Amino acid sequence: MAKVELVKNAVGRLVPTVVNGKEQTPFLGVDKFKPKGRKASPPISCSADYPKNGNKVVKNLKEAFELCGIKDGMTISTHHHFRNGDFVANMMFEVFKEMGLKDLVWFPSASFPCHSPAIELMDRGIIHHIEGSMNGPLGDYCTLGKMNGLGVLRSHGGRWQAIQDGEVHIDIAVIAAPCADPFGNANGVNGPAACGSLNFALADSMYADRVIVVTDNLIPFPCVPWQIQGNYVDAVVVVDKIGDPSKIVSGTTEITKSPDRLLIAQYVADLLEETEIMRDGFSFQAGAGGIALAFVLFLKEKMKKRGIKARFVRGGSTKYLVELLNEGLTDYILDGQTFDLYGVESMRDNPRHIATSPFTSYNYNGKGFFGQFVDAVVLGATEVDVNFNANVVTHSDGRLLHGIGGWQNCLFSGCTILAVPAIRDRIPIVVDEVTTLTGPSELIDVIVTERGICINPERKDLLEKAQKSHLPIKDIRVLQKEVYEICGGKPNPPKRSDEVVAVVKWVDGTLLDSVWKIG
Amino acid sequence: MGKIGEAGRRGESIRSDCYVKVELKDSPGIHITLKSKVECMYGDKIRDLIKKELDELGVQNCDIYVEDYGALDFVIAARVECAVKRADSNIKKEFLLPAVSFFEQKSERERLRRSRLYLPGNEPKFFINASLHRPDGIILDLEDSVSPNEKDAARILVRNALRNVDFGECERMVRINQGTLGLLDLEAVIPQNPNIILIPKVETGEHVRAVDTKITSIKKEKSLANEIFLMPIIESALGCFEASYIASSSSNVVALTIGLEDYTLDIGAERTNEGKESFWARSVVVNAARAASISPIDSVFSDVNDLEGLYRSCIESKSMGFEGKGCIHPRQISVINQAFVPSEKEIEKAKKIVLAFEEAEKKGLSVVAVGSKMVDPPVVKRALKTIAIAEKTGILKNNWREE
Repeated sequence: MAKVELVKNAVGRLVPTVVNGKEQTPFLGVDKFKPKGRKASPPISCSADYPKNGNKVVKNLKEAFELCGIKDGMTISTHHHFRNGDFVANMMFEVFKEMGLKDLVWFPSASFPCHSPAIELMDRGIIHHIEGSMNGPLGDYCTLGKMNGLGVLRSHGGRWQAIQDGEVHIDIAVIAAPCADPFGNANGVNGPAACGSLNFALADSMYADRVIVVTDNLIPFPCVPWQIQGNYVDAVVVVDKIGDPSKIVSGTTEITKSPDRLLIAQYVADLLEETEIMRDGFSFQAGAGGIALAFVLFLKEKMKKRGIKARFVRGGSTKYLVELLNEGLTDYILDGQTFDLYGVESMRDNPRHIATSPFTSYNYNGKGFFGQFVDAVVLGATEVDVNFNANVVTHSDGRLLHGIGGWQNCLFSGCTILAVPAIRDRIPIVVDEVTTLTGPSELIDVIVTERGICINPERKDLLEKAQKSHLPIKDIRVLQKEVYEICGGKPNPPKRSDEVVAVVKWVDGTLLDSVWKIG
Repeated sequence: MGKIGEAGRRGESIRSDCYVKVELKDSPGIHITLKSKVECMYGDKIRDLIKKELDELGVQNCDIYVEDYGALDFVIAARVECAVKRADSNIKKEFLLPAVSFFEQKSERERLRRSRLYLPGNEPKFFINASLHRPDGIILDLEDSVSPNEKDAARILVRNALRNVDFGECERMVRINQGTLGLLDLEAVIPQNPNIILIPKVETGEHVRAVDTKITSIKKEKSLANEIFLMPIIESALGCFEASYIASSSSNVVALTIGLEDYTLDIGAERTNEGKESFWARSVVVNAARAASISPIDSVFSDVNDLEGLYRSCIESKSMGFEGKGCIHPRQISVINQAFVPSEKEIEKAKKIVLAFEEAEKKGLSVVAVGSKMVDPPVVKRALKTIAIAEKTGILKNNWREE
């Protein structure tokens, strides 16, 4: 790997000046970087070049790629609405092999362990590198320094921003669709592989030079709602199966039984009540993690007891959010992705359950985004430090663990709460300095653990209200000391090289931190 | 090949525990192979611990393999000690880590014992956070939750936990085994200052005295001054008939409880959530305990998911005279704690009596009166206790007298 030049960014993290041949701006601070210029745009097409009857169905994926003029070195994108149940990216890899292509860039909105066949393609030089979140085998491949280019980790909003700003140019977008018509209109709410929304692929459809829709459920025009508009689409491919429904969404979402996680969830709900964030017309976001789900149930009890109703809740939706909607405890669900069948059904049938896109909810380089005015969000993290910085992408040993998802974008909410166990087995979660900076301290308001609640000293308003309550408010350094004593002292930092294997982007496109080769 | 000893557990679902295999050898040197989830953070510390431990146990030559799933030092130490002792039963030494400050925390004869959380003695992952759920007491269980072939392992682990885990304000209890196994348990745990020993399946006062005598002799031998209370568990028809003898068998007995799984089995009845089949037995326990001026404590409620049923069951227990209940899951704790605090009515009545008592004391009167009514000393005592519980649990502010 070529030696990269490193600079220190505004928060003291070393980041490369050039990533995969493109010049970078180091992170300047929250709200400091102002983008210039005009947005990217795809070439102008002409209807005369497309079938007059609107039927864009081609024989197979290979033919579609040929039609789209695939070449070595191109950037090909996919979406991750099918999570670990996706078949389409792997089908695409087979075509790449068959066509003898090389040096492609795969640009997924996220990758999952089911995509580990990509490793073979990278070994053979067919795929040069992946730009998108990586975990499991792909995460290890990257962190062990085996990937050619650098991994680029972006938030959902950051991915929209990168496409919109022309930072990433998609040559061909491949959009797996649970339902589509021959013209290319597509949605995720109908069909055997129904996943809810398709909006992680919305930017891909709008900005890519060429767009291929792949479905196992072709219906006659019109496919409505057209979450993806056929007017952007070059070709439609019909296959047997685009994914494994049981891995796309779960039949039911179970609440955690872990007493410690339930305790954390209870504290989060108590906090929202005591700090009066929970009030009529408020809004909140909670993901599908164990703590977040349980939190929703505890909060719901409080809302019912006090006769309080939310204006909107923000998904990833599950049965529990759908119940809030159906019981009239919220006016709307604004949903980025659905995690279970209840969510899919509700999005399809309930006009108050809205599919949102990373543009409306998360895109920072724009004229605002609604993630900014959600009253409270409950998120996870792998580590936090005593200054309230947080890590969500790497393990404490430096290996890539999670994608950023909407995590960074959510930090802009009125009250950002990280709900995390203080100790995972023997691993202390509160450290001196996070392994990989993913969220800067000024946007992180509260850390809730089973051993107490730490409030960012900058949030005097919250601190004042919480201290008057029965809540176990604790200074973060006191918590750290307690945790270190249990775990056996201060842990050794991870042994890492000085070789960068991936970078973490901030929501504005600047470089927040680097991920280093380990082992 | 040398003598081999294994201890602990391995596998994907294992957390906060480790697996240890020791092979004692004739050829010199100690060879440690460590595979740890926390290698980069604590690997060196773990190796140092193992070296030190083997040295103190007097093992000079061995191969030792440790597969660690994020176990804390006290767990690793317990597993290594157990593996070594399984390899060579002549090794009798104990390896003890420096104790945490809470280790010496004392209990009181009379204290809140609303909720006591059972922790399986050989499952370390539940130990460190047990107190965060705020039970009045925790029970490190060596009896029914530990399989017969892991009794030795659990004994060492529980001994270490008493010494090295911060259980906060919880009363620290150990449920020992029956018979000679129980006496071995006592030898291991008594020097580590447990507050209460729970004695299972008690059927006679003699049974309690045997345990008490053993404790006294261990304390004498090791020059220990710590006070150790006893809580016998009645779990049979015979035990019920002997209840009052059991309750008064030793001055160290502070509470009497009942185990309904075994009791219902013994009388040939089906155990139900309503508990009609055990009404008599529970009532006997309450009466025996009260007759001996100790606390009657109810059995566990076994349906973890039915919190409303649990609450109803607690209210029934309280109305029968019980002061607390066992918990098998932390979720049950807050329900039990809320159910076993004095009601508003009880508090109001107690306030009047306590104020009258304090007034009488100030005036040097030996008789307490509320209005025109005389109040007997036990009623005053109960009122003081009610107020103390109300204050301690935060239902009543400490400055209630001013309001």
